[in-house]
Amino acid sequence: MADREKILNILFSAIDDFNEIRPGEAPISKSKDTILFGSGGVLDSMGLVTFIVTSEQKIAEETGISITLADERAMSLRNSPFRTVGTLADYIHMLMAEQE
Amino acid sequence: MLITGTSRGIGAFLSGYYAEKGYQVFGCSRGPVDFELENYRHFCLDISDEKQVLAMFTDIRKACGRLDVLINNAGIASMNHVLLTPYATARGIVDTNIIGTFLFCREAAKLMQRHNFGRIVNFATVATPLKLEGEAMYAASKAAVVSLTQVLARELAPLGITVNAVGPTPVKTDLIRSVPREKMEALISRQAIPRFGNMEDIANVIDFFISPESDFITGQVLYLGGV
Ligand SMILES: NC(=O)c1ccc[n+]([C@@H]2O[C@H](COP(=O)([O-])OP(=O)(O)OC[C@H]3O[C@@H](n4cnc5c(N)ncnc54)[C@H](OP(=O)(O)O)[C@@H]3O)[C@@H](O)[C@H]2O)c1
Repeated sequence: MADREKILNILFSAIDDFNEIRPGEAPISKSKDTILFGSGGVLDSMGLVTFIVTSEQKIAEETGISITLADERAMSLRNSPFRTVGTLADYIHMLMAEQE
Repeated sequence: MLITGTSRGIGAFLSGYYAEKGYQVFGCSRGPVDFELENYRHFCLDISDEKQVLAMFTDIRKACGRLDVLINNAGIASMNHVLLTPYATARGIVDTNIIGTFLFCREAAKLMQRHNFGRIVNFATVATPLKLEGEAMYAASKAAVVSLTQVLARELAPLGITVNAVGPTPVKTDLIRSVPREKMEALISRQAIPRFGNMEDIANVIDFFISPESDFITGQVLYLGGV
């Protein structure tokens, strides 16, 4: 299974892809503390949707594992997994562990 | 370009039509195709089976890295009075016509958004606006396809993707073989132009929707024959 470090790196390369498909918009910085969504976040709701899709595609490409990031559970968690790059990496780590 | 339901009927015609125009065409149906075309690749799958659909999109992504056009042609109908419509028939129509269309729109849009360009064409039918008796579940499923088309047009517009639908009149394919002749004639007589549709009528509408110039046309349902 991919460890947390590897997942973070996958998310960083998703960020590279994402920045590339949105020229003209402020690029997202590759740090686990980057606030993605919610107050102070760099993404609006459409940006979050495309970022989730890009991340799912990157995870599938790099690990061969298909996971669905935005399911009902993710949406109903009190602490949103989409808050920062780091919280998203933790959430992906958990989903992958469950799939094992 | 990706076309669903290519083993026969309208989908088989469209595969040849667009392959000849130079498109790299990916097609799918449960059964195999009986034609061979240079720039055509076939996948045998059920369009309502998420696992199989995801696997096909992974293959397309690996092979091409992009998808510009999706034609959601696969569909099933069943001529039956509502009192005689089995649950399994109703379920099959919902799964193929609604869930299948949804899955392909979703997965295609994920690929299309990478290049901020996409054209999706769904299949409606005149049976919906004409409220065709004997096709309740079919007409209802295609009404759902119309709604899906209109809402997705809005959701996918920011990604450069247009979503439209073509609504054919009866075309002579297997789909309508079991419909009695009098019923067919009665239906056709309700069109402004009372004749059978042909494959070229449908291709003409799709050509219009997918052309690069049609980037301001989305959420539209174009019924043929003046319905
Ligand atoms: N013909 C008409 O008069 C008419 C009128 C209005 C609208 N339409 C619409 O036009 C579209 C095409 O119709 P058609 O007349 O060409 O029908 P058709 O001749 O019956 O062909 C339907 C195609 O869809 C495929 N298909 C059906 N269920 C599938 C599934 N679950 N998974 C994958 N493929 C599936 C079939 O292949 P397999 O069986 O091998 O899977 C076949 O290739 C449909 O959406 C239909 O509703 C047709």
